[in-house]
Amino acid sequence: MQRIDNLRESPSQTAGPYVHIGCTPNFTGIKIYDGDLGTQMKTGPVQGTEITIKGTVYDGTGTPLRDAMVEIWQPDAAGLFASANETRGTADPNFTGWGRSPGDMVTGEFTFETVKPGAVPFPDGRMQAPHITAWIVARGINIGLHTRIYFEDEAEANANDPILTRIEHQNRIPTLLAKKKGDGSYRFDVHLQGPLETIFFDI
Amino acid sequence: MSIRNTPPKRGGFIPRDREWQPDALTPPYKTSIKRSPQAALLSFPSTLSEETSPVFGHNLIGDLDNDLILNYAAPGQSAIGPRIIVHGRVLDENGRGVPGALLEFWQANAGGRYRHKKESYLAALDPNFGGCGRTITGEDGSYEFRTVQPGPYPWPNGMNDWRPAHIHFSVFGHGFAQRLITQMYFEGDPHIKLCPIVGVLKSQEAVDALTGLLDMNRTVPMDSRAYKFDIVLRGRRQTYFENRKEGL
Repeated sequence: MQRIDNLRESPSQTAGPYVHIGCTPNFTGIKIYDGDLGTQMKTGPVQGTEITIKGTVYDGTGTPLRDAMVEIWQPDAAGLFASANETRGTADPNFTGWGRSPGDMVTGEFTFETVKPGAVPFPDGRMQAPHITAWIVARGINIGLHTRIYFEDEAEANANDPILTRIEHQNRIPTLLAKKKGDGSYRFDVHLQGPLETIFFDI
Repeated sequence: MSIRNTPPKRGGFIPRDREWQPDALTPPYKTSIKRSPQAALLSFPSTLSEETSPVFGHNLIGDLDNDLILNYAAPGQSAIGPRIIVHGRVLDENGRGVPGALLEFWQANAGGRYRHKKESYLAALDPNFGGCGRTITGEDGSYEFRTVQPGPYPWPNGMNDWRPAHIHFSVFGHGFAQRLITQMYFEGDPHIKLCPIVGVLKSQEAVDALTGLLDMNRTVPMDSRAYKFDIVLRGRRQTYFENRKEGL
């Protein structure tokens, strides 16, 4: 009999309490690199609407995590990714699409200065609602958690989104919506468990 | 405009094997208890949002970024500890090398102490050791860096839990769906069997997949030993014949 010799993905292990040493060393006071990657998503004047997203990652007791790292990945305002795998056009040269935040040292709150993403098609051609992909790691998280940030003020697009519409528990959809605050910024809190548990994705 | 047939697009990512990967809730690793989602994950096929990823150029990397012995050391000095080279390849599940992958690594010093203000272990800091480095894989997915072998250390979980010596790795492939953080252990470390964090792995095969092997062929005589550690990221489906609407 022949053998299928596919490899297996390396098993994940927790990022541990010191992920910031490895991924945002300047934040921890270790000055080896010029700066921490992912702190500037805008490298010049950008197209589209500039937005700020803030949030906090909470554990099942409601305690904020202060040792997490959150990364986001998104297209530019026109829906194009600054990626080698982008074949539909050229993304805004002043927008990286990728952000990384260690959270505030005291409160754990993360902040991203970014742009409102454009819409991107689903594999079958239907348009998805504007969204940002988020990835969360921390001590106690054995495998990084993927979720998505959609926007509360995109009600019509959200109502037709191929993924949002197939979620069985529609009452959990608000956990995926960034909410506009009085100061104009968006709020996106992540709850790892409990009644407000964020919807996490297996993609 | 007439409808015409066009070549099919590349397939999406092969689904992650959740029977192989650790579960979120692993009670012997206590911190996981309140940090593990309890609802089922929402499964769906990868989309452009997960099939794309930021690009990191080789020009990002400084001369000493992959040399933890020197990258934090005062001029003329070097970090203390067993000198080792860690090398290997980043591959995908189809066995192909992943070029241009950003690897970031971090670790305790040779005494088992991290350079972090929340770290309370009494082992001494090494003034010449920062504990982090990074590199980008070559055309065949290969990488290497030089460091000192980290020490085992105690951590607050049970009354007397010790981590085996390990190096943390953060890996970017070509799609955000491949994003991975893991740890490398060292062949022969007796703490591997005892550690509740290693214990979240579901099989000996999974432990072996994270255990670097002494590689005498890559040692530098009278200078450094070498360990080999390959990393496998998710692969994409290879078939050209994806389900699609004809004519699109």
